[in-house]
Amino acid sequence: MSATAGRRLTRVLRAPVTAAGTILVAAYLMLGAGGPWTAPYDPDAQDLGAALQPPSPRHWLGTDDLGRDLASRVIVAARVDLAVVVLGLAVAVGTALPVGLVAGYAGGTADRALMGLSDAALTFPSLVLAVVLVSLVGAGLRSVVLALGLTTAPALARLIRSLVLTAARAEYVEAARALGAGAPRMIWRHILPNIAGRVAVYMTLAGSYAVLTITALGFLGLGVQPPTAEWGNMLATTRTYLATAPWLIAAPGAAIVVFIFAVNAVGEALRDLFDPRLVWGP
Amino acid sequence: MPENVALFTVRRLSLLVPQALGIVTLIFVLFRLVPGDPAVIVAGPNSTAAQVNAIRHELGLDRPLYAQYGRFVRDLSRGDMGTSLSLRLPVTTVILARLPATLVLMVASLAVTVALAISSGVLSAVRPHGVVAQAVTAASALALSIPNFLLGMILIEYLAVRLRLLPPAGTGGPAFVVMPTLAVAARLIALVSRTTRASILETLGDDYVRTARAKGLAARTVLYRHALKSAMVPVVTMIGLQAGYLLGGSVVVETLFAYQGLGQAMITAVSLRDYFLVQGITVVYVVGFLLVNLGVDLSYAFFDPRVRFT
Repeated sequence: MSATAGRRLTRVLRAPVTAAGTILVAAYLMLGAGGPWTAPYDPDAQDLGAALQPPSPRHWLGTDDLGRDLASRVIVAARVDLAVVVLGLAVAVGTALPVGLVAGYAGGTADRALMGLSDAALTFPSLVLAVVLVSLVGAGLRSVVLALGLTTAPALARLIRSLVLTAARAEYVEAARALGAGAPRMIWRHILPNIAGRVAVYMTLAGSYAVLTITALGFLGLGVQPPTAEWGNMLATTRTYLATAPWLIAAPGAAIVVFIFAVNAVGEALRDLFDPRLVWGP
Repeated sequence: MPENVALFTVRRLSLLVPQALGIVTLIFVLFRLVPGDPAVIVAGPNSTAAQVNAIRHELGLDRPLYAQYGRFVRDLSRGDMGTSLSLRLPVTTVILARLPATLVLMVASLAVTVALAISSGVLSAVRPHGVVAQAVTAASALALSIPNFLLGMILIEYLAVRLRLLPPAGTGGPAFVVMPTLAVAARLIALVSRTTRASILETLGDDYVRTARAKGLAARTVLYRHALKSAMVPVVTMIGLQAGYLLGGSVVVETLFAYQGLGQAMITAVSLRDYFLVQGITVVYVVGFLLVNLGVDLSYAFFDPRVRFT
C-alpha cells in the first residue's frame, strides 16, 4: 500500500462512525465465532418456571416464553446469521467471479450468453426468487445459503464484468499484454488487484442487505427453522409478546439493527476510499 | 415529443418481447427443473407412488420437456395459469382478486417516497451541514438498518395498540394501507433522500446551472426549474434499483399485516404447497418488475433530454 493510500485509510478509519462500526463488526464476528462458548447459558435449556422474566443481573436480556436465556439465544443466533451471510456471499462470489471475469475478459459470445443469463435472473425481485427457491427445495439453512448466493450473484457478476472491462483498458494493463503476459497472469496480477477494492465495497453493502433477506425469510418461517435460534425466526415466534414482554422483541431486533448499521458504516467508509461515486450497493 | 425520445421509446418497447420470453422460459426452468418433483409437492407428503403418478399424468408432467414448455407458454398467453389447489379456483381469478391491494401498496410507497425523500433531500442539500441535514442523515442511517418487518411490528405496537390511531392489521380503507406503506418504503425513502441530496449538490455546480444563476435567475428558481429536473435522473435510477426490494418487501410486510395482497397470498400458497398459485404469483411479480424497469427507462428520456438509446 502506498503512503498516500495509507494516510487515506487512517483518515477514513478515524471518523468516529467508521471506528465504531469497525469495532462493532469485529465484536459480532468474535461473538459469532465464539458461539456456544461465549453464551452464558445453554441457549436451548428450558426453564418454564422462569419464563418471560425481564432483564435482570441473572439473565441480562431476560428469558423467553419457554424460560430460555435470551442473551444466550441472541448470541448463538448471531453465529447462525453470520455463518449464513458468509456462506451465502461465498456462493455468490464463487459464482459471480468466474462469470464476470470470463464475460469481461473474453467478451464475444461468452459475454453475451453469460450476461443474458444474469439479466434474466435479475428480472426476479430477489426476495421473491428466494421464497420460490426455498419453497421448491424446502426450508432450512442450506436453502437459505443457496437462495442468498443465487440472488446476490447476478448483480455481482455484472459489476465484476464492468470493472474488468474498465481495468483491461487501462494503459499499464495494455503494456503488460504487449509484453506478452498470458490471460491467467493478466487476470491474477493486473486485473484482480485492480478491481478488488470496489468488489469489497459492494460485498460489504451486499452483506448488510443479506441480513435483511435472511431475517425476512426466518420471519416468514421459510428460513432457518426453530428451535435453532436465528434473529428472524426469534422475532416471528415471539411477536405476540411485544406489549407484555417487549425485551423479547428488543433483543434480537437490536442485534439486527446494530449489526446492519455497523456493516453499513464500514461499507460506506470503504466506498469513500475505493469508489466515491457509488451511491449504494444492492 | 422530440424525435429521439420517440425513437428511444419505440426501441425500448420492442425489447419487451424477448425479455418476456426470457422470463417465461426462466420461470419454466425454475419450476420444472429445480430438484423437488412438482407431482410430489402437489400430492402432499403422505401420498402413495400411484397417487403421485396419477397427478404427474394429469398435470402432463410425464410428457417430454419441450411439450410441457409449449403447453406452459400457450396456456400463459391465454391467461391460464392452472388451478389453485388450496382454493379450488383458477390461479388467474385469485391473482386478479389480490392484485389491486398490492398495487395500492406499491403506488402508495412510491408516492410517499417521492414526497418525503425529495423534500428531505432538497432541504438537506440547501444547507448541507445544517441541523436538518444532520437529522435526515441520522434518520436515513437508522431506516437503512431496520428490517421492514421489525419496523412494521414497532408501528403496530405504537400506532395501533397504544395510540389506537390505525387498525393493527387487515385490508379495507386507506387507514389499513398507512403502516404497511411506511414499513415497506422506509429503506427506499432513505436511499432516495440521500441520492437527491447528492445529485442536487452536484448539479448545482454544473455549467448550465451557473449560467442560469448568471442570467440573474433567483436561486430558488434555479433550484426548482433546472437543478431539480435533471437531479431526478439518479432518483429514478434508485427507484428502479430498489423496485425489487419494494416488491419483495410487499411479500414480507403483507404477511405481517395480514394485508390481503399478492405477497400474503404467495406465502400462504407456499405453506399450503399450492404449487400453481406460487408459480402464477411469481409470474406476476416478475412481469411487474419488468414493467417498473420499463417505466424507469422511459422516464429517463423525459427527465434528461441528453439521454440516448444504446
